[in-house]
Amino acid sequence: MITKRIIPCLDVKNGTVVKGQNFKDLRDISSPVELARYYTENGADELVFYDITASAEGRRLFGEILEETARQVFIPLTVGGGVNTLDDFDRVLKKGADKVSVNSGAVRDRTLIGRAAKLYGDQCVVLSVDVKRVGGQFHVFVKGGREDTGLDALSWIRYCVGEGAGEIVVNSIDTDGVKKGFDLPLLKEVCAAVNVPVIASGGAGCIDDFITLFEEIPSIDAGLAASVFHYGQVRIDDLKNEMAKKGIPVRLSK
Amino acid sequence: MIAVIDYGVGNLFSLSCSLSKIGAEAVVTRDERVIGSCDRIILPGVGAFADAAAKLRDTGMGEAVLAEAKKGKPVLGICLGMQLLFDRSLEYGEHRGLSLVAGDVVPLDTVIPAGYKIPHIGWNALRFRRDSVLFGGISDGDCVYFVHSFCAVNCESAVTSTAEYGKDVTATVEKDNIFGTQFHPEKSGKTGLTILKNFCEVKL
Repeated sequence: MITKRIIPCLDVKNGTVVKGQNFKDLRDISSPVELARYYTENGADELVFYDITASAEGRRLFGEILEETARQVFIPLTVGGGVNTLDDFDRVLKKGADKVSVNSGAVRDRTLIGRAAKLYGDQCVVLSVDVKRVGGQFHVFVKGGREDTGLDALSWIRYCVGEGAGEIVVNSIDTDGVKKGFDLPLLKEVCAAVNVPVIASGGAGCIDDFITLFEEIPSIDAGLAASVFHYGQVRIDDLKNEMAKKGIPVRLSK
Repeated sequence: MIAVIDYGVGNLFSLSCSLSKIGAEAVVTRDERVIGSCDRIILPGVGAFADAAAKLRDTGMGEAVLAEAKKGKPVLGICLGMQLLFDRSLEYGEHRGLSLVAGDVVPLDTVIPAGYKIPHIGWNALRFRRDSVLFGGISDGDCVYFVHSFCAVNCESAVTSTAEYGKDVTATVEKDNIFGTQFHPEKSGKTGLTILKNFCEVKL
């Protein structure tokens, strides 16, 4: 049986992890490579690296980090942030990324997902979409959630899956940072709309939030979070043990 | 030395890193002479079937792999690489494979019940069907990482493990010195590294 995935997301800026905290068994919390290894040893099923630098120097450092991580961590690595062209895909795939996540870039260039899927395969292309309710409708936002595109989120997701997106990360701006649980109504609608894996993001504050997600939406594939893992409110091994107790299919580390 | 066959697309970096992690020496190559001089061969798992099959045919690498396989050199196909070991694939048309293992490759959605998502992405448990040298140090029920939309069928005599995804999907095959994994051992944590190490230790 396929297991539900738990995915920590690491924001990387100028070569260091932005959010982080004092894990006692970790020497350098700001090192993305160390943090990646720590999460992997604690049961992370996959890692997302999000590049929030804009400078060329930041990009170069990001590439080095990715390469170093790929040398040490043998689970899937997804890279997002600043992916606007096929050259961006090529740049991160060569450094060891397995999947590439596109967000604003796919809105700007509506052919990007289709061209990338044809070249690298559907499984390599992840659509990441930031969604917020506007007048009772789900709208797609870009530029880190600052700009409303006016696009209907469900139509946009269906279009991108049609173009070849192999997975969808749904980030709810309404629940993000609130730590009161994932956006279940939005996620239910997305799961009903498409037949590719859907990853929930935004709103996790405790272990129960993940349990509720997987129990309420059996067709959701994974839960992604950043700060609850980085600040130690949720330890991945504790979370997965709890999921197993509740009968949710999960991969337990040996 | 292990020859990792380069079809010219995708990320071979991860596979090279995982081989180096387990202490195996590997060379990524498109050269049939290099293939001849190595003692094992890995067909990696990136790209589309038709493109990879054409590349093998046009470069002479396919013939080199077949010749070495006949001499008894261990060959491991990973994901698409495993699919290339079979007689034919129905991935966007009908294409001939290497016929090192009898069987066909068909779209996953023609095999599994409706309602299961395609691609089959994620960690799934291995169910052993037969003994295999690849399974040393791992257990029935261990999870490995799958990413695929096509699967091997009509290959029962070679199947050594399956994964449940609405139906039993071929996870590993073995015929004499020929091995295949539908999942990605280089992305399957410690379990995957153990499987790769077992392949590297298969007696010549």
